[in-house]
Amino acid sequence: MFIITCPFCGERDQSEFAAGGEAHIVRPKQPTELSDDEWADFLFMRKNIKGVQFERWNHAHGCRKWFNVIRDTSNDKIHAVYKMGEKPPIK
Amino acid sequence: MSENFRSSETKFLDKTNRISFIYNGKKYYGYKGDTLASALLSNGVHLIGRSFKYHRPRGIMTCGSEEPNAIVQIGGNGSFTEPNVRATEQEIYEGLEASSQNCWPSVEFDVGGINNFISPVIPAGFYYKTFMWPRKLWYSLYEPAIRMSAGLGKSPTQPDPELYDHNHLHCDVLVVGGGISGIIAASISADNGNNTVLIDDKNSLGGSTIFQDDENFKIDDEISSVWLNNQIKNIKNKKNLIIKQRTSLAAYHSYNYLLARENLADHKSLNERANKLRQRLWKIRAKKVILATGAIERPLIFNNNDRPGVMLASSVKKYIDYFGVKCGNKNVIFTNNDSAYETAISLNKKGINVTIVDIRGKSSSVLVKNAKDAGIKIYWNHTVVDTKGYRRIKSIQIMEMSEDGTNVIGSKINLVCDNLSISGGWTPMVHLFTQSGGKLKFRDSDQVFLPNTATSDQINVGSCNGDFELDDIIKNTISDCKSFLSSSSTDFDLIKVSCPKQKENKNVWLLPNDKPLGKTKPFLDFQNDSTAKDIKLAMREGFRSIEHVKRYTTTGMGTDQGKLANMHALGIISETAGVKMGSLGTTTFRPPYTPLSFGTIVGRNVGTFFDIIRKTPMHTWHENHKAEFENVGQWKRAWYYPKTNESMNQAVQRESKAARESAGILDASTLGKIDIKGTDASEFLNRVYTNAWSKLGIGKCRYGLMLNEDGMVYDDGVTTRLSENHYLMTTTTGGAANVLSKLEDYLQTEWPELDVWLTSVTDHYATASVCGPNSKNILKKIFPNIEFNDENFPHMSFKNAELDGIYCRIMRISFTGEHSYEINIESKYGKSLWEKCMDAGKEFNITPYGTETMHLLRAEKGFIIVGQDTDGTMTPIDLQMDWIVSKKKYDFIGKRSLYRSDTMREDRKQLVGLLTDNPSEVLEEGAQIVQDEKKQPIEMLGHVTSSYFSPNLNKSIALAVVKNGKKLKGQKLLVPMKDKTIKVTVSDFIFFDNKNERLNA
Repeated sequence: MFIITCPFCGERDQSEFAAGGEAHIVRPKQPTELSDDEWADFLFMRKNIKGVQFERWNHAHGCRKWFNVIRDTSNDKIHAVYKMGEKPPIK
Repeated sequence: MSENFRSSETKFLDKTNRISFIYNGKKYYGYKGDTLASALLSNGVHLIGRSFKYHRPRGIMTCGSEEPNAIVQIGGNGSFTEPNVRATEQEIYEGLEASSQNCWPSVEFDVGGINNFISPVIPAGFYYKTFMWPRKLWYSLYEPAIRMSAGLGKSPTQPDPELYDHNHLHCDVLVVGGGISGIIAASISADNGNNTVLIDDKNSLGGSTIFQDDENFKIDDEISSVWLNNQIKNIKNKKNLIIKQRTSLAAYHSYNYLLARENLADHKSLNERANKLRQRLWKIRAKKVILATGAIERPLIFNNNDRPGVMLASSVKKYIDYFGVKCGNKNVIFTNNDSAYETAISLNKKGINVTIVDIRGKSSSVLVKNAKDAGIKIYWNHTVVDTKGYRRIKSIQIMEMSEDGTNVIGSKINLVCDNLSISGGWTPMVHLFTQSGGKLKFRDSDQVFLPNTATSDQINVGSCNGDFELDDIIKNTISDCKSFLSSSSTDFDLIKVSCPKQKENKNVWLLPNDKPLGKTKPFLDFQNDSTAKDIKLAMREGFRSIEHVKRYTTTGMGTDQGKLANMHALGIISETAGVKMGSLGTTTFRPPYTPLSFGTIVGRNVGTFFDIIRKTPMHTWHENHKAEFENVGQWKRAWYYPKTNESMNQAVQRESKAARESAGILDASTLGKIDIKGTDASEFLNRVYTNAWSKLGIGKCRYGLMLNEDGMVYDDGVTTRLSENHYLMTTTTGGAANVLSKLEDYLQTEWPELDVWLTSVTDHYATASVCGPNSKNILKKIFPNIEFNDENFPHMSFKNAELDGIYCRIMRISFTGEHSYEINIESKYGKSLWEKCMDAGKEFNITPYGTETMHLLRAEKGFIIVGQDTDGTMTPIDLQMDWIVSKKKYDFIGKRSLYRSDTMREDRKQLVGLLTDNPSEVLEEGAQIVQDEKKQPIEMLGHVTSSYFSPNLNKSIALAVVKNGKKLKGQKLLVPMKDKTIKVTVSDFIFFDNKNERLNA
């Protein structure tokens, strides 16, 4: 149970949030132009690493806003939180 | 009981408060403050239970939460009973009932004791190896027999009547453990201005120092117990310090989130605790945590080291010094270190006979000198090779150890005793530290695992950090707390401590014996009956990883999580395999630290508080009209309305017929409703639904199908264009919240450029759906100002309206295939709307119908229900709904996936209708469908998704998903049931009015 600093509401308990998987996967603008493999890559392939990971989180029981989190999955340490559309502040 | 073992005065118990309790049907007495263990010992009772596997008699070993043997059943039968309670932690109260576990017919004579004699043929892995064949005997013989003998206590048979509670707690500093280091840490923290919480699992603070009256241990020239007692009085007056006693930490999660159970009533009599909270689970978020969890004494591993009367030396000291109870009249102390000499000296001072057996050759500690001066006989360089006595230890045999400690030499010496106190050194309690993600390091000098790197803001102080001498404990606690809390000075800066120092360490994990290992029983895990032999057997069979050896031998897998056993298991593995202990690592310590009852975990979330119950505004009407209810998500929906003596089937048949013949009314308030506004609302709907929305006229309704990005049907519903940039979307009842989340996700992350605003209005409007040939006539009566002809108000359109001055929305849409209207009104008027419809419909025999009839009526029309006829693997093409998938639109959610090779396969499971050859036979939903019953293995083609007897067609109908179903129309298939096989024919899935003539009837 970690604490997440929502960029809109501040520090809140993890139980207020919903995880949304890997961040920075952009929905292709022209899906019909993609091969099956390329589409499958967008649709199914997600990283699940032990270490620093870029993730989407939603303040589901709060402001309902989506944002990005950089989290170390090995110890749940959160390195940065930033809004949708912003560039990652580190790396 | 003739003899009283309460030998000395004690200031820790209230001697004026004598308490009676029942143990195994017999009445005993103790004092307020006694644990069940100390009270039983004071009555001379040592035999508590039978061991798990061999049913050997077992007694009290310890005085705390690490107790492996003395676990009992508390309370009588029924709801108040609780199994596996540690007698060493349970305080006695007037009328307490406790009984032994794992024995039949009694703890004194236990039939299962036969296992002890056949133990050579039931080694580790016995069950895995033996009950493999013949296979068919497993269910009929092996499993029932093993089940009967497995398990320790008995579960309650009734619901738990006690009250439990959850509470949140936020603090600057949480100190865990109320021993001397915890007291000092809490004091420093509070003085430094931190809001501090100190928790301790016992009923009195002070750990083991509070009864340390030995002159050798002095703090600021006072005896250590006196000094500590003053400190405890001191901290109780500190304003920013909360002290929680009888509170044990259950779990330590990351980010300093901790769970602690506060025991509020388990020490009170049933009368005193009536209608009061039993336990409270504290959910603690601390900025900083100081763990002062202490250390537990290690046993020694030798032959027959498990008899009642074999106890940890430090516990024997607590029983005599704290509870005033002697654990025996003739005591032998068996040790490898100096700390056990404190026990010997305590006993000796109280005039109790004591002898010491020490595996070391000598020690220059002052404690040893004191023991010698007191005339205590010490056998240096000796080990215990056997013990005698079945229900209580009677004597031990000792032998001299060889120089290297691997063998015994000389002849046996027999020592008569009724108590054997053992001490194998100390193990720091690092469980909580590792739960939080902390990593350990190994200290070779005294073979202990210590906290190394922490992942959260916390420190460990005292013996849990590897300090075992009083001066180290105090000085390091003070300096560590100062730097951790950035405190420049404390009350303890000039503290003076004097204490004896530990001399000459000697550690032997498995003590030598004159007999071969195979002929001895050196127990490691007392609760699970695993011995050193089992560990060695596992290693001979190729197990190397500590985690594997643990599971194969079950070492450390009891309710005590092997608090006593694990270090010795590791030690023996490391010796046998020739691997350094530090590199072996430990098994994982998991929460809870001590077992939690289910009641504590669920708190108040029981019964009606288990989940939210959502009711529509018309709910009381349904109740008053005897509706049966169905749970749909959190909603209670009217299921059907049985008349007197009517079965569910009869009610549904009647409701279904009435709806088609004249008029029916359904409470549709639970359907999800999402209000969509914005200049890009039309474009947004184009992207989320499979069909086109740009050309939908204002005031018109359209059915939409929503896919997941993988092309599978996700939700469906009718959306109405209320004005140019304003839509009202309806979703399935169960999908409402998820659909809103999904749409928000796309809006915020993929299409932030769209000007669209979503608001859930599910609870804001109540909906009554009136259907049937007379629905128009009913609405005319309620809304006289609206023209209900097909030109002015055609199917799939909407009108604003007023009912007694209250705004309404009327949609002419149909889920039954009948001419039908849905009226939306502000929730608080929902019931009066419903009653108005019932009044106006009376002359047309308007019949309220529930969800079951709704399902039947739509199945007659072949309308799908997302989640019943689909399961996340159905595309719109599979559902034969190609017509709703726009070919022209460039993109929508899931479009690309409809062109993947897998989704384009022609032999996917597809939605079809099924007609039974015998028209009165109704299929079971979920039944499997096959073509050929004889071919083995039988190929499963699909399953029945919806099935009803249609009163309007007078035959059985079903929807099903069947492999390659589209091409199987007209073919015969089989539905094999338990007692028969039903023949069916694949049909069209629209069974009724397939020209939609009734919509405009």
